[in-house]
Amino acid sequence: MSATVDVKTLVIDGENVSARAGQTILEVAKENGIEIPTLCHLDGLTDVGACRLCMVEIKGLNKLLPACVATVEEGMEVTTKSERLLKHRRTILEMLFAERNHICSVCVANGNCELQALAQSQGVTHVRLPYRNPELTVDASHERFTADHNRCILCTRCVRVCAEVEGAHVWDLMGRGIDTMIISDLHENWGSSSCTRCGKCVQACPTGALFDKSKIGADQPKNPDFLPYLNMMREAQ
Amino acid sequence: MSQTITIDPVTRLEGHGKITVYLDDQGNVENAQFHVTQVRGFEKFSEGRPFYEMPSLMARICGICPVSHLIASAKACEAIMSVRIPHTAAQLRRMLNLAQMIQSHALSFFYLSSPDLLLGMESDPATRNLFGVVGANPQLGRGGVALRRFGQHIIELLGKKRIHPGWVIPGGVTEPLEQAKRDEILGMIPEAYANIKLALDWYKQIADSFKPEADVFANFPSLFMGLINEDESVEFTDGALRLIDPRGGIVADGITSNQFPEVIGEAVEPYSYTKFAYYKPLGYPEGSYRVGPLARLNIAQSMGTPLADIELKQFKQLALGPVQSSFYYHHARLIDILYGIEKIEQILTDPLILDKHVRATAGVNRLEGTGQAEAPRGTLHHHYKVDENGLITWANLVIATGQNNNAMNKGVLQAARHYVKNGKFTEGILNRVEAVVRTFDPCLSCSTHALGQMPLAISLVSSDGELVDQAIR
Repeated sequence: MSATVDVKTLVIDGENVSARAGQTILEVAKENGIEIPTLCHLDGLTDVGACRLCMVEIKGLNKLLPACVATVEEGMEVTTKSERLLKHRRTILEMLFAERNHICSVCVANGNCELQALAQSQGVTHVRLPYRNPELTVDASHERFTADHNRCILCTRCVRVCAEVEGAHVWDLMGRGIDTMIISDLHENWGSSSCTRCGKCVQACPTGALFDKSKIGADQPKNPDFLPYLNMMREAQ
Repeated sequence: MSQTITIDPVTRLEGHGKITVYLDDQGNVENAQFHVTQVRGFEKFSEGRPFYEMPSLMARICGICPVSHLIASAKACEAIMSVRIPHTAAQLRRMLNLAQMIQSHALSFFYLSSPDLLLGMESDPATRNLFGVVGANPQLGRGGVALRRFGQHIIELLGKKRIHPGWVIPGGVTEPLEQAKRDEILGMIPEAYANIKLALDWYKQIADSFKPEADVFANFPSLFMGLINEDESVEFTDGALRLIDPRGGIVADGITSNQFPEVIGEAVEPYSYTKFAYYKPLGYPEGSYRVGPLARLNIAQSMGTPLADIELKQFKQLALGPVQSSFYYHHARLIDILYGIEKIEQILTDPLILDKHVRATAGVNRLEGTGQAEAPRGTLHHHYKVDENGLITWANLVIATGQNNNAMNKGVLQAARHYVKNGKFTEGILNRVEAVVRTFDPCLSCSTHALGQMPLAISLVSSDGELVDQAIR
C-alpha cells in the first residue's frame, strides 16, 4: 500500500490552495505564485524567522505569524498583503536602515542589494527614525573577501550557509540585541580564521556586508541560487 | 567712509561661492576676495574604507566631473596595487574622460557663460541665461545642448549612467566595449563636429568685442600647469605634468603623480574653505599657477589631432608666449571640445578597442598611491595611504579649483578695481566681476574640504556695519 500524503487545504489571499502537512506558509505561497517579501530566508537554508518581513495575517488570530516558519493548517485563511502588513514591513525596513550605516550610493552592492530592492518594492521613501550612525569596523583581512559590518543586517544567512552547507561554521553571532555582531571563529580576523575560502557566505549575503574583493563594480550580482541544487546533489549521494 | 560690496551667491557656477569687494574711504577698491563657503570632508570620511571603494566614493564629490575623480582615484588605487592596466581599458577610460570634458565644457560655455557673451554683460539678468541664448540665437543654443548631450550619452553608453557611472574600477573597467555601442558613438560624431564648428566660428566673431573685458579678466603673468604627452601634445588621462613660466619657459617637467606632493604645496587663507595650491620651490603666493583649458593650451605644442591643431595655431597668435588673460579660457574650452571629438573618433578606430581584456587584478602591494588626471577645469590629484589590509588611513585631494584659487582672487580684484569707481557700481559691473570667476569654470563643491547659505542679495556695507545699499537678484 502506498503511503498517503497528508493534504491540507487553505486560503491564501482569497485563493484556495492545497499543501502537504508540515509545509510553511511561505513555501505554499511560492508554489502558488503568491509573493511574500523575505530577507533572512534563503532557499536551501534552515529558516530562523529573524527579519519578520514575511509576517502574514491569519484569520481568527490576533498576532501576525512569520510565513517562513509558520506551518500550514487545515482551513487556514492567510492574508499576505494589507495596509497593516505594509506598515509593519516598511517600519522593519526603516529600522534596518537606521540601525547601521547603509549608504546605497557608494555601496558595492548598489543595484544588487536585497535590502535596497525591498525598500523600493515596499515603498520606503524616507526613514522616519533617527539614524544611529554606529562606528563599526571593516574586516578586510581576508585575501579574497571583505566584511563590512556597517552594512550587516544580522539576517544570519552567512552563519547558516557556512554551518549547514559548507560545514565549516566559521561565522556566528556575538552579543545580544542591537549590539549583536557577526564574528568569525572566536572573534578573530576573518583572514586568520578557519575559513575555507569557499565564498558561499558572500553569495548568501543579501547586502554589501560580505563581498568579493575582485568583484567591485556596479554589475556584480550575487547568485545564491545554487544552494538548493547543492543540497539536492548531496542528498542524492 | 569705507564700504564692502558682497556678491552672494556668485551665480552660474558649480557650487556656492561669494565675492566681497572692500572699498576705501574714496570708494575705490581696496581689496576683493572670492570665498568658497562650503565644507565637504571627503578626505576625512574616506578613512577606514577599503581602497577599492575609493573611485565610486570620490566620484560622489561632484555630478559635473565625477569621471575625472573616478580616473584619478582608480589610478591612485592602481599604484597601491602596483598594476598597469590593459591598453584597451586605458583607451576606454581616456574616451570616458574626454566625453566628460566635452559635456562639462559645453555646460560651462553654453549654459553658464554664453549668456554674457551673446546677450551682453549689461543685458537684463532675467533673460541672461540659456533660455535667453536659445531665444536670441537658436542654432547656437541647440548646438550647445546637443554637445552636452553628446558627452553625456557617451558616458551613459560606457558606464550605464550619465552621472556617477560605476564602470571605472581599480585595475581598469568592468566591461569591454560592445561593437553596437562603438558604432552608435561613431554615428553621433558628425553632428558633434558641426556643432563645435558653429560655436567656434561664432565665438571668433564676437571675441573682439570683449577686448575690454579680456584686458582685465584675470589678465596677468602667471605660471601654468597641465598634463602633457612626451611629444608635447595635450593629454587628459595619462602623461606627466609640465609647469611653465609667464614667458613659456619650462619651470618643471615630467612631474609624475608620485612627485606631485613633493613639488606642490597647499596654503590656507582664512576667508575661503578652498586651499591655495602653489609650486613649492617658489613658495606661496609667488608659486601660484593656473590650470585648466587655458593652461593646457599654453603648455602644449600641439593638440595631436588635425582640426584642433589648426585652432591651436590661431589661439597661440593671441599673444607672444602664453596667453595670459583668463577671458580666453572660453576660447580654449571650445578647442578642447573639438580635440575631444577628434580624439574619441581616433580611439574608436583603435583595432584593440573591442578587446575583452579590460581589467588587471591585484591586492595591496604598496601602502601609498597617487594618481592624476586632467579634469575639465584642470589638474586633479588623488593621494591615498592604506594599511596592510587596504583600508584607507589618509587621503588628500588637490583639485583644479584650488590650483586656480589665487588667480581667481587676483582676477576678481583686478576686475573690481577696474570697474568699481567712487563707490558706484551697477548690476552689469557686478556681473563682470562674477564673469571673471566664470571664465575659470571652477567647481566649488569639489574644491572644499557643504553647509552654504544662499541669501540672494548684493549688499553695500559701510565700515561701521551700516547697510548702505542692497539689491535683490
